[in-house]
Amino acid sequence: MWNYSDKVMDHFMNPRNVGEVENPDGVGEVGSMACGDALRLSFRLDDAQRIDDIRFQTFGCGSAIASSSILTEMVKGKTLEEAAQITNEDIAAELDGLPREKMHCSVMGREALEAAMIDYYKRLGRGVPCDLLQKSTILCHCFQVTKETVKEAIMTHGLTEIEDVTNYTKAGGGCTDCHHDIADLIRDCQDKLARGETADTAGLHQLSELAPPAGAGAADREGKIRELLSSDISVALRNDGGDIEFVRCQGDAVYVRLTGNCAACKASDATIKGFVQAQLREFVDENIEVIEVD
Amino acid sequence: MANDGSGTFNMTAGFPAAPDEPVYMDNNATTAVAPEVLEVVVPLLRDHYGNPSSMHRFGARAGEAMAESRDRVAALLGARQSNEIVFTGGGSESDNLAIVGTLYAHPDKRHLITTAVEHPAVLGLCRDLEKRHGYDVTFLAVDGEGRLDLDELRGALRDDTAVVSIMMANNETGTLFDSAAVGAIVKERGAVFHVDAVQAAGKIPLDMAALDCVDLLSISGHKLHAPKGVGALFVRRGTKIRPLIVGGHQERGRRAGTENVASVAGLGVACELAAANIEHENTVVRAMRDRLETELVARVPDSRVNGDVDNRLPNTANISFDYIEGEGILLLLDRIGVAASSGSACTSGSLEPSHVLRAMGVPFTQAHGSIRFSLSRYNTPDQVEYVADALPLIVERLRQITPFNAERATF
Repeated sequence: MWNYSDKVMDHFMNPRNVGEVENPDGVGEVGSMACGDALRLSFRLDDAQRIDDIRFQTFGCGSAIASSSILTEMVKGKTLEEAAQITNEDIAAELDGLPREKMHCSVMGREALEAAMIDYYKRLGRGVPCDLLQKSTILCHCFQVTKETVKEAIMTHGLTEIEDVTNYTKAGGGCTDCHHDIADLIRDCQDKLARGETADTAGLHQLSELAPPAGAGAADREGKIRELLSSDISVALRNDGGDIEFVRCQGDAVYVRLTGNCAACKASDATIKGFVQAQLREFVDENIEVIEVD
Repeated sequence: MANDGSGTFNMTAGFPAAPDEPVYMDNNATTAVAPEVLEVVVPLLRDHYGNPSSMHRFGARAGEAMAESRDRVAALLGARQSNEIVFTGGGSESDNLAIVGTLYAHPDKRHLITTAVEHPAVLGLCRDLEKRHGYDVTFLAVDGEGRLDLDELRGALRDDTAVVSIMMANNETGTLFDSAAVGAIVKERGAVFHVDAVQAAGKIPLDMAALDCVDLLSISGHKLHAPKGVGALFVRRGTKIRPLIVGGHQERGRRAGTENVASVAGLGVACELAAANIEHENTVVRAMRDRLETELVARVPDSRVNGDVDNRLPNTANISFDYIEGEGILLLLDRIGVAASSGSACTSGSLEPSHVLRAMGVPFTQAHGSIRFSLSRYNTPDQVEYVADALPLIVERLRQITPFNAERATF
């Protein structure tokens, strides 16, 4: 049984703004039945260019419905520029948190909002102001894996098969709709690799390539910490659109920096203590204290 | 109307109030401990706490409880001898002991056969043996109704096949595999045949004396109204297995460790009760299941039964409801006091829907909206009517907020 907050249960049992807006100014649709989650968001602006009415239809679990519902409340009365500031972490925080496995529900909310705004500008025949868009584009909607994550995996590990990409990132492991896009990315990245480019020169993070320093004792421990941060922990955070960087070790203190969505997240303390520190304590040392630095 | 125009949608408007006694229809997950079982378990924990190995009256009392239970379990399984029963810590341990214990006993054989729809206790173990221990594993496919192709099994058997592990009844759909037919093929090639009967035991008659192609058979206590953490493995006389837990003479050297006497005794009583109720299970419980299933499929448009309907456990109904997602159904069922489960991804935390439904080729769209009701002798016809009345309301309500329907199934 999920440990849903009272607020999640309230928004599931009494969802706000269900349905479709008549004569909408923008409509956003993300996900599919195959993915297990889908959201259709439609909105209309008033004369002051503020969101006057916004409604949703959701196929998905309790937290998907709750995320959609609370998102409509959060953006009502806002301009598109204001609404665009809302991140998936904000949606989750407004719900008093979501189980980690359910964070993708809040990502879907954020994505649908973005899709609806893009639709609005398309209808006007205007370009989309780029500060409205988040940096990362979701490639695999089933598992909420970004294009950047897939690219990085292909470049870093020289992947050539879709199956390998799925094994490294989970992308493509669900409905298979994105297999075409993954194949395109593999081709692009393999071209780049053939030209001698690396993940580094391609401007991608390369946390997974940080070599643990040689030596025993403290250095060995640091190696284990780096290894865990760059593998399991990093993969988990990247699924939520964030990432983590190792800064340094000092005694039992491990200094890290959160990036991407995690950096702006109101729940970052929970991420640090509840997840990162718990993992490091379980697999490296019971006494580790994780400290976030900016 | 759930959507009153104020902007807030009342998900549970018009739903019945939850009954005083919750309706438990998730018996393939776990069962209530039978009152008769509790009566035996508690005194053994409280008063007769001896170690069966001890040379005093406390030990003797515990030893008697073990022996009595072994007889009762053997009786439910139709085993010729009580010493063919090895008590374990549950169904998963029984499966592990059967498969790994056989591999230990036949170190020269490096191949296993199982199916794509086994319980994770077997499937996960086989994947682990393949990935980490270098064994060759054949995973047999199933058709759209969850049935095996025996020719595929015939073709998969090899001279170095150590063990074939094929369940008797599927936990998600209730679909039965014909253990006699499977076993006959396995024995032709001299492999050891293990059957995971965790879901079958207590629901359909078992006769291990007659079913002599089965070498090893797993059962679990908590699936048949005994406590959790106890199970048994039937090991046919003459079958070679090596123990996984060593360091003690218990269970004739097949499973070391001081016996879980109270729970073992509870398992014995539960088996006796199951044997006494097996006809009830296949008449009364079956009729309730059929009624529930027929009513739901008739009353809810775009719904269908998953599994081999002609060849199933009597207590299990697995139904897909299109255009909605299982977790929402379960949360609303729970709100009105009904416990069931789903093959939906969202309820597992894995993001992937049921491996059983996927192996059957059930589309993701239907797998996400699948609900399993698994009944027991403690359910009543009134409860069935209650669920048959309430579930269509739940499905209708969730369909009011989904973007999909028969006309628009995709964006």
